[in-house]
Amino acid sequence: MAGTERVSRSGDVPRDDDVVVAEAAAPARELLDGVEDLLDEIDEVLEDNAEEFVRGYVQKGGE
Amino acid sequence: MRRRVIGLETEYGVSFTLGGQRRLSTDEVARHMFRHVVAWGRSSSVFLENGARLYLDVGAHPEYATPECATPLEAVVHERAGDRIVHDLAVRTGEALAAEGIRGEVRVFRNNTDSAGNSYGSHENYLVDRAGDFGRITSGLVPFLVTRQVFAGAGKLLRGPGGTEYVLSQRAEHVWEGVSSATTRSRPLINTRDEPHADAERFRRLHVIVGDSNMSDYACWLRLATTDLVVRMLEERAAFAAPELADPAVAIRDVSRDLSGRGPVRLTSGRTPTALDVQELYLVAVERFVAARHPDDELAEHALGEWRFVLAALREDPMRLERQLDWVAKLRLLEAYRARHDLPADDPRLALVDLAYHDLDPRRGLHHLLVREGRMQRLVDDAAVADAMEHPPRRTRAALRGRFLAAARRAGRDVTVDWVHLKLNEQAQRTVLCKDPLVWQDERVDRLIDAL
Repeated sequence: MAGTERVSRSGDVPRDDDVVVAEAAAPARELLDGVEDLLDEIDEVLEDNAEEFVRGYVQKGGE
Repeated sequence: MRRRVIGLETEYGVSFTLGGQRRLSTDEVARHMFRHVVAWGRSSSVFLENGARLYLDVGAHPEYATPECATPLEAVVHERAGDRIVHDLAVRTGEALAAEGIRGEVRVFRNNTDSAGNSYGSHENYLVDRAGDFGRITSGLVPFLVTRQVFAGAGKLLRGPGGTEYVLSQRAEHVWEGVSSATTRSRPLINTRDEPHADAERFRRLHVIVGDSNMSDYACWLRLATTDLVVRMLEERAAFAAPELADPAVAIRDVSRDLSGRGPVRLTSGRTPTALDVQELYLVAVERFVAARHPDDELAEHALGEWRFVLAALREDPMRLERQLDWVAKLRLLEAYRARHDLPADDPRLALVDLAYHDLDPRRGLHHLLVREGRMQRLVDDAAVADAMEHPPRRTRAALRGRFLAAARRAGRDVTVDWVHLKLNEQAQRTVLCKDPLVWQDERVDRLIDAL
């Protein structure tokens, strides 16, 4: 993608004295690069009982 | 450009389940979590040595308020530190419950909606000058806030009577007016509650409560950096005729439901620019303002460059921003997952993917998974976040609070602090008031620490 270079270069947000900014530990890749493996991993970490979990996820309203 | 104090407050959602089934109510989970906090700080509202505040909010949300930060990026780092602190608390809570024989898993989500239509937020605080025209700032800011969803939205599968659709924003459906003092009943974009936590004659707090909780470093940073610049332009009274929305509550929903950014936004003038047009209007005005008044400001220049890049990419093809924006990343994930399992749009597993994107657990949260594999652009690294869990920003008042708390702990002395006060609990009750959030060195605090 045309913007990648610009973002990865400028994505290194200027340092000020207070904050350290660093590159990601893993090499950059497209979001869906090797998507099958990614989806396998998602299946592994998702709760089994999706319907119950989602329905039971009830909070109280905040501000 | 003069520095500004920025802070973020995050309300977290919690659950405790076994095999997907709820075992404890939200209240109970939150109370269990805060037993650890109370045991340590004798209160369910504590200030930490990194200057932050951790507390149990209305509605039983764990809430984390970052310390006073001097730049948007610093606020992102400290928000991530808050995530880690709250996640650690969740882990300890799970262990404690297990030791009591209560089986299940504690989960914490940094999102903004639940399945029952409740919403909780990610609140931005920008310290502004009391002398400024607050009404002009807020009215000039509202159209920007309504349209910044195009890059700042965290994305959501919205279930409605007509079916399930994917929208840009978690919060848009929960906001009912532009500017007011209401909070939970008729939630505004900007809350006017006037608690500067500073010298009220000099400062005022601009409390923006419309934002989504961004998981993406980049989206969170761009949200804060662009909003800061727009506020600056309005504060410094640059010549700018802000567009006037015919109805902010209608417009925010329209923008959220239009993934293209090209749908009409109705103005009082009868004109109907697109959300991207409105953003462009602000971008051009801020570019002109920075060039004229602050030509050497590198941070502003950098933020403008990213803002410009993002708007151009959104016009061309939003999917190009899958590594930067939450709503694009989540949409891509949902589409891929749906295709693999051939799911209908309203399948609960898709709702679970939406929710799991916001899970704080580094092993299970889907955003964390993407980051770990280098699939999202990061702006801050683990070392910076780990440092921010322990240490306050160096160039704001938080540094004084952090030093005082650390010194008191080392000396074994009992102290009480809030955003403004540092108090030694002894007979004389010596107290120092720190009324300027930008002051990080203070001889009075040095003397108080020497007295410990």
